[in-house]
Amino acid sequence: MTAPHNETAPPGVIDYVAVEDSPQFRNLKRTQRSFVFPLAVAFLLWYFVYVLLSSFAGEFMSQRLWGDITVGLVFGLGQFVTTFAITMTYVWYANRKLDPQAQAIREQLEKQEAGA
Amino acid sequence: MNEIFGAIDAAVQSAENNPILNISIFGAFVAVTLFIVIRASRNNKTAADYYAAGRSFTGPQNGFAISGDYLSAASFLGICGAIAINGYDGFLYSIGFLVAWLVALLLVAELMRNTGKFTMADVLSFRLKQAPVRMAAAITTLAVCFFYLLAQMAGAGGLVSLLLGINDTIGQSVVVAVVGVLMILYVLIGGMKGTTWVQIVKAFLLIGGALGMTIWVLALHGFSLNTLLEAAVAASPAGEDILGPGLQYGANPWDFISLALALVLGTAGLPHVLMRFYTVPTAKEARRSVVWAIWLIGLFYLLTLVLGYGAGALVGAETIAAAPGGVNSAAPLLALELGGPILLGFISAVAFATILAVVAGLTITAAASFAHDIYANVVKKGKVEPDSEVKVARRTVVVIGVLSILGGIGVQGQNVAFLVALAFAVAASANLPTILYSLFWRRFNTRGAVWSMYGGLAAAIILIFLSPVFWGTETSVFKETGTAIWPLNNPGIVSIPLGFFLGWLGTVTSSKKEDPRLAAEMDVRSLTGFGAEKATNH
Repeated sequence: MTAPHNETAPPGVIDYVAVEDSPQFRNLKRTQRSFVFPLAVAFLLWYFVYVLLSSFAGEFMSQRLWGDITVGLVFGLGQFVTTFAITMTYVWYANRKLDPQAQAIREQLEKQEAGA
Repeated sequence: MNEIFGAIDAAVQSAENNPILNISIFGAFVAVTLFIVIRASRNNKTAADYYAAGRSFTGPQNGFAISGDYLSAASFLGICGAIAINGYDGFLYSIGFLVAWLVALLLVAELMRNTGKFTMADVLSFRLKQAPVRMAAAITTLAVCFFYLLAQMAGAGGLVSLLLGINDTIGQSVVVAVVGVLMILYVLIGGMKGTTWVQIVKAFLLIGGALGMTIWVLALHGFSLNTLLEAAVAASPAGEDILGPGLQYGANPWDFISLALALVLGTAGLPHVLMRFYTVPTAKEARRSVVWAIWLIGLFYLLTLVLGYGAGALVGAETIAAAPGGVNSAAPLLALELGGPILLGFISAVAFATILAVVAGLTITAAASFAHDIYANVVKKGKVEPDSEVKVARRTVVVIGVLSILGGIGVQGQNVAFLVALAFAVAASANLPTILYSLFWRRFNTRGAVWSMYGGLAAAIILIFLSPVFWGTETSVFKETGTAIWPLNNPGIVSIPLGFFLGWLGTVTSSKKEDPRLAAEMDVRSLTGFGAEKATNH
């Protein structure tokens, strides 16, 4: 059982400004943001395109594609498909690209902290 | 949540109801969960144990608990009923609840887990001035929890009363009190660990029950979605209009757009959801929990699509609409149609379990926020023994429990369904802007955070008070009185942009610089997980 410790590491042990400025960390940050930001914008746009079509293009959404399956239903199920797809893509990306970089920096910092 | 009252009433009156059977199923659920809660409470020693279950849950377990926390009775009964009567628009509504999880997955969950300890305010006040930011974050947390809790308590009273055959006001008030006491017991004894297990059990029952009913409905229609839709169209008075949008939100599309904004941006700002990320040992497990939650919640809404159209086809929209509970009686009536009183009793017990799990999650979140943020960090300025903090949290649980019992009794017979939408709107307007700014915008400062949180909260509440929810229509709180100044039932379309705008405005008008070292530390820790709170080992 660990005792609850302070929110921040003791001052002076780690120079966070320097760590943040290191090429290694900047690379991690770029890897993360260049992936999640475009993806977040994309899924929000796609969702609101769907909401706006449902709100203002009712006739188009009510068109039948086959049997009683309408365009709107396919679009709606498409939202499920894209949500699941984005989720799995992100997991794949995070496991392969983010975790190793984050782990490398974390281990360095832990060593630094233990050595200080 | 009063709709649940009517929903069960409908099912109860339309067939030979068996209160003894219903009480037995309830009793079994309460006994099993109470046993689990007592077992889980053995290791509740520190604050991390009490608030965050010792950070010892796995991703999949937490994913189930998140779905248990998130899929409220409004999702299950409300969405099934909306699809049964209005078809496509009910489905449209459900999608916002799912897509919203991508905000949590991509932008919030892991970074929050890495920087925080117990509450949302831990993250928001990390690099800003502690007292004002914590206070504001605690107030928005308490507001969201209070709105959500009140809605759930009102529903719990109605639901249980009817299944036990109690219809008078005094009897119902006693039932609300019993539900409240049960909730206090769960949270007091079990802490976060016990609460989490209640949510896991409930998620299994809810998703399992829905899956079973879905397979049953599909089997009756040759396992063809098209055949099911044909049957639903044939049975519906609206005919093939149920296959396209417009029946529910067609009258004022902007109302739905406003709601959709609040749903998709509110989820990642719900404090009881955010707190769940601290119950796992690492950011990677937080990611896994969200992934599990997305699959479970997505599956569940796909099931409600079949159940909704199935209820339309097998029970009939007219029967459902004529039932006292209106749209919300669809799922219980479908259960009765398929499996008779036993399935009805089971589904009703699941609805009850749903409410109990959600109120327990809300109560522990509110108590943690009060004890950890307001008491320990604002009043005592961090100089407090962890033991006394937990003691305050436990007392807060009792206070919140008593308040929610009184509130639940007070709102009996009132239409309080709008409170859930309001909770999402507050989360999206007051919490999410500050969360995103503090994680991603270096210049963001204390004034921006405070303005955004109070401004977003006030805007959402004032707009809903000026809306048709309160004034002018038949379903308003003040029936047929006055006129609504704000035309939409949902404040999101104004209050969410306002929350973001105030965060920006407060930041650029303040010349005070925040500590750059803390900002760098937060940046490094949020992405690498260095120094993140570890799991406790017993």
